[in-house]
Amino acid sequence: MKVVHPVADTWVYLAATPLLWLALTLVAYLFAFALYRRSGFNPLVNPVAIAICVLLVILLSTHTSYQTYFDGAQFVHFLLGPATVALAVPLYEQWGKLKTHWVALVVALIVGVLTASGSAVLIAHALGASPLTLASLVSKSVTTPVAMGISEKLGGLPSLTAVAVVLTGIVGAALARFVLNAMRIPDHAVRGFALGLAAHGQGVARGFVVSEEMGAFAGLAMGLTALASALLLPFAGRWLLSLL
Amino acid sequence: MIEALAILLVYQLIGESLTFAFGLPIPGPVIGLALLLATLAAKPTLLARIKQTGTTLLSHLSLLFVPAGVGVMVHYARLAEEGIAIIVAVVCSTLLTIVATAATANFLIGWSNARSNARRDRGTP
Repeated sequence: MKVVHPVADTWVYLAATPLLWLALTLVAYLFAFALYRRSGFNPLVNPVAIAICVLLVILLSTHTSYQTYFDGAQFVHFLLGPATVALAVPLYEQWGKLKTHWVALVVALIVGVLTASGSAVLIAHALGASPLTLASLVSKSVTTPVAMGISEKLGGLPSLTAVAVVLTGIVGAALARFVLNAMRIPDHAVRGFALGLAAHGQGVARGFVVSEEMGAFAGLAMGLTALASALLLPFAGRWLLSLL
Repeated sequence: MIEALAILLVYQLIGESLTFAFGLPIPGPVIGLALLLATLAAKPTLLARIKQTGTTLLSHLSLLFVPAGVGVMVHYARLAEEGIAIIVAVVCSTLLTIVATAATANFLIGWSNARSNARRDRGTP
């Protein structure tokens, strides 16, 4: 006689559909965001880190593979593209301030991009990371789709790069306030620019929580970092890796 | 909302096409961003049609990083071995990047403001 377990059977059915994992991704994020809001938007209560931890607990305890999860979550991941295009809106609105300071911002951009990848590779190398890991860390401050492309060109692991990118975003969004306060930099344009350059989209999200101006400059920095990294890092990264 | 989403997707599509057709190193969405910015500069009335959807999408940009971040589970073995090196490198280099970028921009903006103030002061009797 066949034993029927309605709950278990339903779970087996749902766990294989994209619907379940898409819904859980949104619910986990909303839960994390509610905590973030309740903390008064404390940068240390990072919604991305919390949502990832919640989902990891669910996936590991139900023995669900990342592939199955991503089949559902890819619809959220896909929106990174149109969201990047949408950065044109805040950039257009801050165009006046941008034009005034473009020389300073371009110089800061080049300094920032080279610091981000150079320091990550050198520190990881000093701590004994493998060549594959080093190649995966070169583009860790660049927004995900671009970072994965650069990593592939350098012989890294694009999926490991994606994880390093998200970790970088969490660290940048959580700690930038303390660093910038210690440096006594009050200008929201400069703070936003540093935030977006170092912590890409998560820096932008953090910037918009603080002010429209900080968000726009973070968005500008993220876009320019993607551009400058796509042009510079495939060459600069290969050169640096060949020295180690 | 649908109209705005369609506009964003079409710009991304044009960007992706250009990247592919000319083998550009710049990713499609970044080219789409530049093209949309140029269009807004030429035709400011477009702003009202995309502003709300664009702002909504950007205000929850963090959500979009969750699926990639969960990918950490695939790299469990590597992280067990090299996790400390990766975490220390990511944390230190991110902080260094913020310091280097903010210090450079702050210095240059302060310098150019001081210079234009000096020029203005000389101009007044």
